[in-house]
Amino acid sequence: MHPVKLWVIGLLGFFIAAQTSPATAAVVVKGSTTVLPIVQAEAEAYMKAHSGVNISLSGGGSGDGIKALIDKSADIANSSRELKPEETDLARKRGIKPLLHPIAMDAIVPIVNPRNRVKNLTIDQLSQIYQGRIRNWKEVGGDNMAIVVVSRDSSSGTFESWGQLVLHGAKVTPRAQMQASSGAIVQVISKNKYAVGYIGIGYLNKSVKALTVNGVPATVQTAVSGQYPVSRPLYMVTNGEPKGDTAGFVKFVRDKEGQRIVEKTGFVPLKRN
Amino acid sequence: MTRRQKETLIKNTFFLFAIISLLILFLIVLFLFREGLPIFKEVTLRDFLFGNEWYPTYQPPSYGIWPLIVGSLIVTFFSSLIAVPIGVMSAVYISEVAPEALKEILKSIIELLAGLPSVVLGFFGMVVLAPWLQETFDLPTGLNIVNASLILALMAVPTISSISEDALYAVPKEFKEASYALGATKYETIIRVIIPSAFSGMTTSVILGMARAIGETMVVLMVAGGAAAIPESLFDSVRPMPASIAAEMGEAPFGSGHYHALFATGIVLFFMTLIFNLIADYVSHKFREEGSGTL
Amino acid sequence: MKWRYFKQSFFFALVTLSAGLLLLSLGGLLTHVFLNGFRAITWDFLTLPPMDSMTKGGILPAILGTLYLTLGALAVALPLGIVSAIYLTEYARQGKIVRIIRIGVNCLAGVPSVVFGLFGLGFFVVFLGFGSCILSGALTLGILILPTIIGATEEALKAVPQTFREASLALGVSKWLTIWKVVLPLALPGILTGSILGIGRAAGETAPIMFTAAAFYTAKLPASIFDEVMALPYHIYVLATAGTFIDETRPLQYGTVLVLVGLVLGIDLFAIVIRSVMRKKKRW
Repeated sequence: MHPVKLWVIGLLGFFIAAQTSPATAAVVVKGSTTVLPIVQAEAEAYMKAHSGVNISLSGGGSGDGIKALIDKSADIANSSRELKPEETDLARKRGIKPLLHPIAMDAIVPIVNPRNRVKNLTIDQLSQIYQGRIRNWKEVGGDNMAIVVVSRDSSSGTFESWGQLVLHGAKVTPRAQMQASSGAIVQVISKNKYAVGYIGIGYLNKSVKALTVNGVPATVQTAVSGQYPVSRPLYMVTNGEPKGDTAGFVKFVRDKEGQRIVEKTGFVPLKRN
Repeated sequence: MTRRQKETLIKNTFFLFAIISLLILFLIVLFLFREGLPIFKEVTLRDFLFGNEWYPTYQPPSYGIWPLIVGSLIVTFFSSLIAVPIGVMSAVYISEVAPEALKEILKSIIELLAGLPSVVLGFFGMVVLAPWLQETFDLPTGLNIVNASLILALMAVPTISSISEDALYAVPKEFKEASYALGATKYETIIRVIIPSAFSGMTTSVILGMARAIGETMVVLMVAGGAAAIPESLFDSVRPMPASIAAEMGEAPFGSGHYHALFATGIVLFFMTLIFNLIADYVSHKFREEGSGTL
Repeated sequence: MKWRYFKQSFFFALVTLSAGLLLLSLGGLLTHVFLNGFRAITWDFLTLPPMDSMTKGGILPAILGTLYLTLGALAVALPLGIVSAIYLTEYARQGKIVRIIRIGVNCLAGVPSVVFGLFGLGFFVVFLGFGSCILSGALTLGILILPTIIGATEEALKAVPQTFREASLALGVSKWLTIWKVVLPLALPGILTGSILGIGRAAGETAPIMFTAAAFYTAKLPASIFDEVMALPYHIYVLATAGTFIDETRPLQYGTVLVLVGLVLGIDLFAIVIRSVMRKKKRW
C-alpha cells in the first residue's frame, strides 16, 4: 500500500486505540513536597496490595496540588496547609468542594549547618532573620558571619505555614534563596555554613543541625502536644467525598498500616483516638 | 479527476499545511495575550514592568517584574561577554587556522555540544560548579550570576561558533587571494578582509546566541539562585523571567491573578526574544555580501 | 618586519586556545558525567521502575516516557514539517506570502521553550481539555521541533539539482509525481538527518513537558496517551532539585544524566555520520 496512506491509517489507528479507557485505574496525586515522601511510601505499599491501581505522583508544592485539584487535573492534592480564601472561592466557582483529610502531623524545623554555633532561636528572631532585618549571625549569639536566608518557594505549603506561624504574615526578604523542596533545602544547608532554612521534620538527617525554637526541640511528642510552636497537620485533599480507588487510597493512609508508614518515614502520625 | 485538478488539489492542501506554522505562531501569541492581558486589570503596565516587588502569592499580591527582567538581562549580558569572544575565535580557528583534517571533526563536536540538553548543563552547574564556586570564593551561595553566566555561555558558544563559521566559510576565495597577492600575512587577511566581510553573519550569530541565552529556562532555573531582587554584586542570586515562570506555573490556579501574571511575563519574554530574532534576521539580510565583484 | 609574524603567532595561539577551551569544557563535562554515572548503569537500572523513594531501582518508566513523547512529537512534526517544506520550496511562488511564512517559521524557531510550555498548558491541557498527558506533551514537543524539520527538509530539497526536476517534467511526469518519485527520494537523507536532530532535541527538552505531561513518579507504565509519564530530563530535574533524598539519589541522578546524554549524543552522532556518508556517496 502507498506509504503515505499507511502512515495516515497508522496515525488514525493510534489515536482511536488511545481513546479506549485504560484498563488500569489511575489516581493522580499532586502537591506538597513535605507530604511527598509519605505518600510515595504509601503508594508503593498500596499498589503492592492492589495491583490494578496506578498511582501517579508529583510534587511541586501544596499550591501546585490545590491548583491541580481545582483545575480537575488531580484526584488528590497533598497539602501541608489549609486552603487560602482565594482558593476556596475559586474552588466554589468551579464547583469543587475541597475536603481535607488529615493524614499526619508535621513540625517545621529551622536548620543550620552543623558548623554553626547557634543552638536556639526565638520565633521573633526567626521572623526578623527571614524579613532580612537581622543579617549577621553574631546578632543572635553566633559567629560574625552573614546570614544566608534559604526559603521554600511560594508554591510550598511549608512556606505558607512558616509565613503564618513564624513571620505572622510579614514578607520574606526578596534576597532569600528559593528552593523547590525540603530536600533541596537540606542539601543547600548541609553545604553552606552561612545558611539557615526550614524543613518538615521528616527531612531531618545528620547532614544538618536542628535548632530549638523558644527552647523547645521539635520531636514527635512536642509536635503532638502542641508544645512545639511551629507544628501543623498534613492533609490529602479530595473533591468532596472520594470514591473508588481514590477513597481506597485515602482510607489506607489513615488506617493503622498507613499510619505505621507515616511513622517509618519520620513524620508524626495522627493522634490515636 | 483530471491531472490538472489533482495537481491543484495537492498544491492547495500543501499550502494549508504550510500555513499551519503561521497558525501555530498566531495561536501562541493569541493565547499568551488571552491569558496574560487580564493581569492589567489588577496592575498598570508601568507598575508591572517596572515594579520592584514580585510577591504574587501574598495578600494583596504585588506583580512587579522589574527584578526578573534585570535578572534576565544581566545573565544574558555576562554570558555573552564570555561566549562571544570564545565563539568567534573558535569559529576563526576552525575556519582559517585548523588543519584540514580537523575541521570536520571540530564542527561535529560543536554540533554535539549544541545538542546537549539544557537540563544536563543545569545539573552540572548546580552539582559541580556551584559547590566549587562557593568553596573557592567563600561565597554565601554558588547559585548566582557568575554560575548562570558561565553555563549559559557554554550553551551560547556553539550557536555563535557554528553560524560564524558558516559566515567565514562563505567569504569568496577571491578576497583572500587578492589579499595574499598584496603581501598580507594570513593574520592580516583574517583581521582586515575576512572578518569584515563576514561581519553581518557573525553579528547575526551573536544576536542569536544572546536570544538563546535570554530564553533558556532549565539552566537559570537550576543555577541562578531564585532571588527576585535586583543584584548588588556578581555573586548575588537572580531570578530571570523563564526561571520564575517555570518555578511558579505549577501553583497558579487556572484563571488566578498569579496565572495571568505569569503569562504576562511570558509575553514580555516572548517579545524580547522576538526582537532579538528579528534584528538578527534584518542584519543578516541587509548587510549581506552580494557576490564577490569578480568577472 | 618580525613584528607582523609575531602578531600572527600570538593571534593564532589565542584562537587555538579558544577552540581548545571549548573542547576542554565539553570533554570535561562528559568525562565527569561518565565517571560519576557509569556505576549506576546496570541492567536493573535500565529495566526496573524506581523503588524505595527513588533511592533504588531504575528509570525504566522515564526511558519509556521519553520514547513515547519523542515518537509522538515526530508523528506531529514530520508530516506537517515535510509537507510545509515541500510547499515552500516546490510549489510556492516566491512572493510576499512565502516570505511571511518563512518569517513565521523563523520566529517559531526562536520561541523560548518555557513559552512553548505555557502555550501547551493553556491550549492543549486546559483549553482543549486533554489534561496533563502524553498527548499534550507530544503535541507541545511536536510544534517545538517543527521549525527544525521544516528547515532541514527545505535544505535537503534545495540541494537536489534542478536538472533532475527538469528532466522528469520534460518526460511528461506531473509535478506531484516528480516530487514524490524523483525529488523526495533524493532528499531523503537530508530529511532523515533533520528528523534525527529533531528527535535529539525533543528527547532532551524539559520545560515544555513540565506542565503538559510529566509526573514525578508513576508506578506503572502508561496505558494510554491520556496518562502522565515520567521522562528522563524531567526526572533529572526533580531528583536534583525537588527530590526527597537528594544526596542519596545522587548516583542515580548521574546515571540518569548519563543515559540521557548518551541517548542524545548517540542520536546526534548517528545523524552526523549518516550525513557525512551521504555526502560522500552523492552521485551528482
